[in-house]
Amino acid sequence: MPDKVIVRHLRASFNKVEALHDVSLNFAENRVTAIIGPSGCGKSTLVRCINRMHEVVPGASCTGDVILDGENIYAPAVDPVQVRRRIGMVFQKPTPFPTMSIEDNVAAGLKLNGITLARSDRDRLVEQSLKRAALWEEVKDRLGRPGASLSGGQQQRLCVARALAVEPEVLLMDEPCSALDPISTARIEELLLELKATYTIIIVTHNMQQAARCSDYTAFMYAGDLIEFGETRQIFTNPTRRETEDYITGRFG
Amino acid sequence: MLINPAQQRHNLYRNLKSKFMVGLTIAATIVALVPLFLVLGYLLSKGAASINWEFFTRMPTPVGQGGGGMANAIVGTFELVGIATVIGVPIGVGAGIYLAENRGGQLAQAIRFAADVMMGIPSIVIGIFVYAIFVKPFYGFSTLSGSIALAIIMIPLVTRTAEEMILLVPHELREAALALGVPHWRTTISVVVRTAISGIATGVILAVARVAGETAPLLFTAFGNRFWSTSLFQPISSLTVQVYTYAISPFADWQRQAWAGALVLTAIVLAMELGVRWVTRGTARVAR
Repeated sequence: MPDKVIVRHLRASFNKVEALHDVSLNFAENRVTAIIGPSGCGKSTLVRCINRMHEVVPGASCTGDVILDGENIYAPAVDPVQVRRRIGMVFQKPTPFPTMSIEDNVAAGLKLNGITLARSDRDRLVEQSLKRAALWEEVKDRLGRPGASLSGGQQQRLCVARALAVEPEVLLMDEPCSALDPISTARIEELLLELKATYTIIIVTHNMQQAARCSDYTAFMYAGDLIEFGETRQIFTNPTRRETEDYITGRFG
Repeated sequence: MLINPAQQRHNLYRNLKSKFMVGLTIAATIVALVPLFLVLGYLLSKGAASINWEFFTRMPTPVGQGGGGMANAIVGTFELVGIATVIGVPIGVGAGIYLAENRGGQLAQAIRFAADVMMGIPSIVIGIFVYAIFVKPFYGFSTLSGSIALAIIMIPLVTRTAEEMILLVPHELREAALALGVPHWRTTISVVVRTAISGIATGVILAVARVAGETAPLLFTAFGNRFWSTSLFQPISSLTVQVYTYAISPFADWQRQAWAGALVLTAIVLAMELGVRWVTRGTARVAR
């Protein structure tokens, strides 16, 4: 598989304190890549640099290159808003917009960007996005209800549907299951396997079983460095670095 | 032995102490509520008799003639407060958005401090200020100058409530919108402010209710008017100033009208406060 996203010499800092030291790695197209590591190791910072969300935090800055389909998204002429439309993101906590109904939440990315669709096109987009997020069957009879009326797991899938509705090419997921119960987590994991046919997925997780179950590649990070990167099976069965082995066997972290 | 007598006596003492303290807080609550009901009851007993259809539809009558109403003052109050709202709310909400978006900035801190100081300035001082910079150099006493004085009182109230309400919106919502490729300005307006809107509306209505009851700043600006006027550039009557004028007069029929005016004003303010309850019903769930 060709590489969809290439990260080169990425350094990121908060108020001059470096959180990510010279990280370089490639993310393969139509594959799930998991990023694991202990809290504070820079996993979230890395994915937030990939869609230029890192710079939204006051005092945050980064250097280095992130190349999406051969194009450097940190080139001076690039508008971060355009980058974020091509690289979607799902966060740790489900964040449906509380003032919007379920269907308005799904269509929010278009509506807030001033794109108006014909009623029928909009309905089709809402249905298709909810189906891709495996939520359609549960909400098809109450699309007008508030997004916040759903359960936590459903809210998170609603956020996936909302991210998919703007038709991104890459989907970043920052610990999408950490606020969910095991059943909802299983639904999201099934979803990852379906979605990778269409999207390139990068998922940050604290849960090593989750990384082992649903990713093709795994990156292990520690203290702002990329320690090891490779096929998931190899990382979990035969890691080359001592730190990786200690972490995945639960000896630290 | 499970219970020893000393322990038992001690428990009894603690129970009595608890009951005594609860009794004190109940007494304090009653004392705090008594004036409220006394004021409402007194207003009703003194004013209700003079309230009739004429009070709302007729103009004031000369002393001794009896009857008549405060139609001009009621309309005047709505006009003054309405224009003050149109001037004050956009400025207040805009400033509140700025403060919430630039929390730590030096300019924001200066504005926040200024708003807090302005809230503490006696309203009569604001009346004199508007008299000096607007009434004297321009049209003389006028509706517009009265509305400006009321707007100046509203702005810091609206600014600070809008800021507080916007800051209550979870940071994650803003990030979720930005991550969808929504521009910053659109995120602020359509997601952050939109989510905070019922809280902002509450602040606006409370500020409106507050200025509807102001008398002092109107004495030097809108002045009052015995006749019908809705012109922006003429003096205008208001319930508060009319009540003040009638109440200090030596005439019994005017004094009765003053009570009725006070009752109507209180009812208007009460209706707005109930409006707040209605606007904010069920918003606790939104502010997860």
